[in-house]
Order: sequence, then structure tokens, then C-alpha cells
Amino acid sequence: MNDLLTIKGLTVRFHIYEGIAPALQDLDLAIGQKETFGLVGETGCGKTLTALAILRLIPPPGKIESGTIMFNANGGSEPVDLLALSEPDMRSLRGSRISMIFQEPSAALNPVFTIGDQIAEAILLHRPEEVYQQAADAVDQRLANAAGPVSILARPVWSVERRLYRQLARNPESVWLKFVGRVPLVRRLLWRISVEAEKMAAEALKDVEIPDAARVVRQYPHQLSGGMKQRAVIAMALACCPKLLIADEPTTSLDVTIEAQILELLRKLKVDTEASILYITHDLAVAAQICDRVGVMYSGTLCEVATAEEMYGNPLHPYTKALLAAVPKPGVEPSPIRGFIPDPLSLPPGCRFHPRCDYATEMCSKETPTMREVTPGHLVACHV
Amino acid sequence: MIDFKFIWYQMRRNPVSLAGIVIVAIFALVAILAPVIAPTPAGQRDAYLIPREGYSPVPQPPSWAHKFGTTQGQYDIYYGVIWGTRSAFKVGLAVIGSVLLLGIILGSIAGYFGGIIDEIIMRVTDVFLAFPALILAMAVVAALGPSLNSVLIALIVVSWPAYARLVRGDILAIREEDYVEAARGVGASHFRIITRHILPNSIYPVFIMASLDIGAVVLSAAALSFLGLGSPEGYADWGQMIQFSRNWIVGPPGHPLAYWYTVTIPGLFILFFVLGWNLLGDAFRDILDPKLAKR
Amino acid sequence: MEALVEVRHLKTHFPILKGLFRRPAGAVRAVDDINLAIRREQWMGLVGESGCGKTTLGKTIIRLLRPTSGHIYLGAPSDAIAEIESLEHSRDGHHRLKALRREHDLATFSGKRIKGVRRRMQLVHQDPYTSLNPRMKIRDIVAEPLAVHGIMRGKQASERVANILRLVGLSEQHMARYPHQFSGGQRQRVAIARALATNPEFIVFDEPTSALDVSVQAQILDLLKHLKAEEHLTYLYITHNLSVAETVCDSIAVMYLGKIVEMGTALEIFHSPRHPYTQALVLSTPIPDPKTKRVRIILPGEVPSPANPPTGCRFHPRCSRATEECRSTEPTLEAKEGSRLFACWHPLE
Repeated sequence: MNDLLTIKGLTVRFHIYEGIAPALQDLDLAIGQKETFGLVGETGCGKTLTALAILRLIPPPGKIESGTIMFNANGGSEPVDLLALSEPDMRSLRGSRISMIFQEPSAALNPVFTIGDQIAEAILLHRPEEVYQQAADAVDQRLANAAGPVSILARPVWSVERRLYRQLARNPESVWLKFVGRVPLVRRLLWRISVEAEKMAAEALKDVEIPDAARVVRQYPHQLSGGMKQRAVIAMALACCPKLLIADEPTTSLDVTIEAQILELLRKLKVDTEASILYITHDLAVAAQICDRVGVMYSGTLCEVATAEEMYGNPLHPYTKALLAAVPKPGVEPSPIRGFIPDPLSLPPGCRFHPRCDYATEMCSKETPTMREVTPGHLVACHV
Repeated sequence: MIDFKFIWYQMRRNPVSLAGIVIVAIFALVAILAPVIAPTPAGQRDAYLIPREGYSPVPQPPSWAHKFGTTQGQYDIYYGVIWGTRSAFKVGLAVIGSVLLLGIILGSIAGYFGGIIDEIIMRVTDVFLAFPALILAMAVVAALGPSLNSVLIALIVVSWPAYARLVRGDILAIREEDYVEAARGVGASHFRIITRHILPNSIYPVFIMASLDIGAVVLSAAALSFLGLGSPEGYADWGQMIQFSRNWIVGPPGHPLAYWYTVTIPGLFILFFVLGWNLLGDAFRDILDPKLAKR
Repeated sequence: MEALVEVRHLKTHFPILKGLFRRPAGAVRAVDDINLAIRREQWMGLVGESGCGKTTLGKTIIRLLRPTSGHIYLGAPSDAIAEIESLEHSRDGHHRLKALRREHDLATFSGKRIKGVRRRMQLVHQDPYTSLNPRMKIRDIVAEPLAVHGIMRGKQASERVANILRLVGLSEQHMARYPHQFSGGQRQRVAIARALATNPEFIVFDEPTSALDVSVQAQILDLLKHLKAEEHLTYLYITHNLSVAETVCDSIAVMYLGKIVEMGTALEIFHSPRHPYTQALVLSTPIPDPKTKRVRIILPGEVPSPANPPTGCRFHPRCSRATEECRSTEPTLEAKEGSRLFACWHPLE
């Protein structure tokens, strides 16, 4: 399978005071390479939880009870089961191979660090060799351009710096070098590394079309507007060239015109980078604008998966149909879905949607439907 | 609003809090049953006067007649600590009760109305807070003459600013909430908004702090009594008992712990009383404010 | 047709206090010279992005905020309004002006008189999770307006509460419960019930469905439609979602940075916008149809701060059609084709 990410049978449950709440039930999902997959659903359907499960960030009292998530980072070679990885291995994946951007940019940015610091943190964590190499190159430059009396005095210092950086570039994990870095006087030498990292952060900001990147890199989050903050968060996520970018409702808190800007940016990034995007949203209209394939979730299960045109042009699952009818479109009155979203502690038996479904039959209340492929690429979980 | 199942659930998760409730309950029982378990000798009018047997300054070890022994001046320790529980509750509850009332009233007015009223009240609290608490308390007691009531008043004077500030802060936070604005939109009066909307939502941290403070107040009262500024001599009060034991903490050479009962027993009573209220405060916090509780 | 709610030259400015002595150093001009008229039983939409002042305008109209200047009329006779207007511009007649204003102009009311007016106009908040007192039972929340205005108490009030709850789609059993036991949509229904308690004529909705799911939003909109028809209500519906406004509102006013830039029927606004900002809003609003690739007008830059609005036409820094005239003089909101109003020197065709 050449898919980037394959989720099979994922089940997540929450053990809380009132009982055990099944949040995700037997989820099967596949995301291809360089594909933008939209995960659509209302609050409580489990879409954010799916993203957190991929990154193994589910907060207690939630637990991943079963399932596998195969991540095929290097296209063709060994896919890895993310749920079976150790925590340090998982940490090396987070931020570098899989990154996530969240809904509230103000919450995702630490208010006491500059934007540059925060992007540099990600870079230094996952791509240190490049930073050191750049630092070494920068010193080379200085040595080459050196002239005048001051530089003569500084020359030996610079050659030592260059040695240090070359060593670090070859062996970033070296303990001895880290020790050297901690000695107070020598620590000054490592200042150049932060300068280089900041330069790389500015590059990342330029990639997301932030004007005047060199200045913004030094600014603090509160000095930026919502749209700019979200761009900075996207820059942070893309800094290490991840294979999978998970975007959890990134434009929900933004104005419509700013949202249009961000969506345009994401479209451009789709083309420029190699990444696949898992785009989580409750807004069907936004999903239509940016996603190649769309999956609709309801109450912890997937109802329907299809390409965007198929899904919006020919929805098969009753919930999808009802949802599309409820979205306000110009000229069309939204028609409500009767009933309420079920409480996870008292889910209806069989198909979870059947109490609200206009097409429900006997079987719907007894057996949970499984996903079957109705037409190529179009999967539905429904008896009807 | 009182969900007993939830309370029991939290108690099971935090057995330490349960200990707090138990300890305070035991003390409460002791205080209530004081006349039964430590009956006042016949003919004595004031139950709070500790009966003495003789006037010898040397404390006597525990015996059948005096279950915890006697302290300097032959005051019965057992009687003293049992009835001292009553005074402790009296001091703690009276002080905290008044301070709560004062603090809530002044704090709400300051927080809700803001502006110059807020400024004035806050500056007044600043003045009170500028004094070291114990010194101010001592000064008040000295001015009013040493007695348990002066101790009460002194502690009220010293404690109220912190509560006013706390209440004011909580009110400032709640004041901007949507439902308060909705109440204004409905046309509710200021008084109604404060009493029905703001206070019920902000008061729980104050109660929690209050229960934690009862222990502190009793400790301060004991300190004042120890310094001789509290109840008159012979009054059943833990601080008094510690004061009596002052000269007997270390016994004669060769038997340094000879008079341990004079200081240890009242000390243990104080310790467990304060501990119980602290744990009870934690328990309140777990029950009333799940956001702050340990998960 | 006489308007139920009329607003003239309304301004709400929030002073910015700077320095050690808190001197006013400028102001956030949230609502800057707004003229608006809402007819009886009309569903008026107020659309704009965050920071444009729409929430402030809504709250000022129902006097939860104090206007800095201007007039607000609720059910005032049009000749009184006209007289006030003319007296404003003349040199004398101050006493008559004051008397008239004291009688009709809500902007001058305070204290007890405001309370009287509150029975006739209500606000439904944006976030149903914070607009209900978490420690009050539903019955008390909905009955509060009745108690405050002394309309009814006790059992009578409980009956009325039960009736209203039924009207909004909830049941009597919900009366004894607390808000946290309900979902967002249900809580919003409770908020609507509370607004209906005193039989108001005019309700301002501040983005009532932006915190709710799509399906719940559809339910609430349906409910609002029925209520309006049954109770003969007039709505001012504030939202940032143009699609929603287009489907339910009769007319729409578009706000930008404290001013109304265009006003017209929903159809006109959506299908033939005249103001460039309106057009940008319409084209930026995503449609759930992947096949329509819209010509997107991506507005450059960010919304400027309302404390420091640009000179002339406030939209000119982001407008692709801006000229010198736009930079220097501010366009006025004028009725051009019939009832269409827009404020632009170079409107679209």
C-alpha cells in the first residue's frame, strides 16, 4: 500500500467518573501521499481525537484500546505502527515527520518567547545538523572576508568556532561537545547557532508569506494579529518538512477574509511541499474548497469517505445528506436535522445515527453497519 | 446541588481529604460532649475555669485522678484541653465568620462598583495590611485589655483585608461574564446581580480559603495567649496551656523529658486541629471546585 | 412605513486612557456615526468581521452600553424623530429638544426608564456556554425577567416558564435542571426563552449560532423563523457568516470599522454587491461545492485598528479601486438605487 497513513480498527475509550465512554469505535482511514484529506463532523464526533491518536497525545482518562496506525514515512519502505512505537521514537516523529496546527493560534504560541525562538526550537530539535553546518559556513564566510586589525585578533577564536561547529554538524548528539557548550565563556560561541537558527526561522516565515519576516521573527505573539499568528504556527509546523500535516480547525477562529487568505496559502503549500494534509473541520464549505478527499464522522465512527466532488455531488449516507442540507447555502434555506447528538455514555444500538435517520429500517437499530465500497473510492457505512 | 455520590467519589480518590473531615468531626464531637467527658466540678460557675488541685508549681505526671497530668499551678491538663476545644471552635468560627461577612460586603462593593469606591476601600485594606499581623493583633489586645474577646476582635481586625481583596478579585473576574451582562440586560438591580449572579459563582474559593484559615486563626489565638495577651489565667485555652508549660519544657538534668505532658498534649491538640481544618479545606476544594482539584 | 427601531448618528467611542493619571489619549471608535432603521417584523442582518463594531452596535441599541452621542428610538412616532432631527441643526428650541429627547430618545434614558424599556427589547448572547448562570436552575433563569419587572412570581411564573420552554422546543422537565446538563443548542434555546419572557418586540441576536454545530444551527434558525412569525418579533441578527445572513435575513447591513458600508436586501447584497468590501466578503465566503471555483478576491492586509482608522474611506488601504478621492474624503452612506444604500466613490456595477 502506498498510502502515507493507514488507520485500522482504532478504538479509543474514556474512563470517567460516570462510566466508560467510547469515543472512537473501530475507525478505518487511509490518507495517500500528497493528498489533502478532510475529516468533517460536528462537535463530539471524535475528529480531533483521531488526530491526537495519530500523534499519541490523547489525554488521560482516554486510552487507545486497540487498532493500528501504519505510517509510511519513506514511501515504499517499512511502514511503522505508530501505536507500537516507544515514546522517544514517537517524540522524534512529532514535529519532524508529523506536525499539527491547532485551532487557536494564540494558545499554540508561548507568549513569553519570540516567534523566532519558537520556530527555532522545532528546528534545533529535529534538524540540528543543518543549523550547525550553516553556522560553520557563516564562520567560513567571516574568515574569508576578514580584514583589519580586529579580525586578526579574532581569527583564532573563529577557527575554534568553525572546528566546533563542524564537529557538531557531524555529531550533533555528542555529549562532550554539549559539555563544552555549557562552560560559561565557551557558551558565547554557541550564540552564533541561535543566530543561524533565527535565520532559518525567518526563511520559514517567508515561506508562509509573512511580510517583513526578519522583523516578525523578533516579535512576540501578542504583537501579531490572528491571521499572522496562524501563519506563524503553520511555519512552525512546516519548519521540519513533515510528511503529514494535521490541521485541526485552523481557520475556525479567523475572520472570513483572513480565512480565505489562509486557505489560499494552504493551497499553495500543497503544491510546494511534499506533505499530505489531514484537515479537520466542522465547516463543510471550507472542506469543499481545499480537500481532495473527504470523510464524514458521526459520534465516533466514519460514515462516508469519498472524493470531494463525489461527496458533495452524490452523498450516499443519510447523515451526509442531512448535513449538506443543513448547511446554509445562498438561495437555499437550511433544513434542520431532527434530534440531538447522542451522549457517548448512552449510544443508540446498531447504527448510531438511526434515531435521527429518515431512512432507518429494522436492521439499522440492531446491527452496526460496516464500511463498504459502493463505487470505486466511495465508501459508505450504511445499510440503506 | 449537593451530589453525595460525587462527594464520596472524590473522597475515595483523595483519602487524605477524608482524614480531614474525620479529624474535624472528632474535634467537633469532643467540643460538643465536653460537659460529659470532662464534667465541671460541682460548685464551679464558669465551666471554662480549669480546676486546680493545690497550688504547687511543679507539674504532676498523668495519674488516675488527672488523666493527662497537671501543669504548672496544678491545673488539670485533661480538662483544659477538652474545654479548650470549645474555645478553639469559638475563636475560629467567630473570627472567620465575621471576617467572611465583612470581607464579602466590602469586597463586593469595591469590586462591583469600581472607581473611587474601589480605590478608597483598597487603600484602607492597604493600611491594615501594612502592619505585621501579629504585632497589630498584639497592639489591639493590649489596647482592649487581655481577654478572649479582645483576641477575637484583634484577629478580625487583622484578617479581614485579605478576604476583602480576595472577594474583590473574584468579583472583578466574574463581573465581565456574559450571564452578568444578560442579567443587566434583563433589568436586574445591582443588589440582585451581586447576590444572585456574581457571589454564588465566585464565593467558593473564599470558603476554601476560610476553612484553611480557621486553623491559622486558632494558631494565632494560641500564640497570643502564649504571650499572655489572651484569656485570663486559668482559662481553658490551648495557648494558655502552652504558656503554663513554658518553664517545664526541659526538665531537670538527667530527666529532660520529665514534664513532656505539659507541652506535648496541648501541642498535639493544636496540631491535629489545624491539620484537620487544612485537610478539610482541601476536601472542600476537591468537592466544590473541580477545576482546581487534583485529577 | 414607520420603523420600529431607528438609530441616528450613533457613536460609541471607548476612550483610551494612558499615562500615570489615566488621561484620555484617543478613543476606540467602535461605532462611528451609524444610521439604521428596522421596520416591524423585519429580520435585519448585521454582517461584518471581528472588530468592525457590530456587537458594540447591537449592545448600544439596547442600551447595555452607553452611546457617546446619537439617537436611539424604539417605536417613536416618525414626526417626533423628524422634529428632533431638525432641532438638532437649528440654533434655538433647546428646551423643546430636551423635552422631546427625554421622551423618545433612548440614548438619554438612564436608571429606571431604561429598566422600563428593557421589557421591550432583549439580547441573546453569542456563547451559550457563558450566558447562563451556571448556578441557577433553568426555571429561575427564564423567570428572572419576570421577577425583576415584577410581572409575576411563584407558581404563575413557573407556568409561564413552562409555556415559553415549550415554545422554544424544550420541555417542562428541563426546568429543574442546571445549564451544564444541556448541550450548546439547548442552552441557546434557554437563552432565547429568557429573552422571550417579557414579550419583547425587538430582539438582538449576537452571533447566536457561531458557537454551535451546523445541524444545531439549522435547528435554531428554524426555531427563530417560527418564533418571529408567531410572536410578531423584530430581529437584528448580528453575524460574521454571510451565508447564514443571506438565507434568513430580509435585509442586510454590512459593517466595516465602525461604519455601515452597504445596506440592501439579502438577494441584492449577495448577488450584486456594490461596495468592494461587500464583494470581497461574498467571494471569500466558502460554498460547500467543490466544483465552483470562485474568482477569489483575496483582500490584502489586515483590518486596521478602530482606534486609528484610515483617512477618507476607511476601506481604501485594502481596496483595489482606491483613488485619491478615496484617500481624502469619506464617502457617505446614501440611497442610490431606491432602497439600496452604499458608501463608496467607485461602486461596482
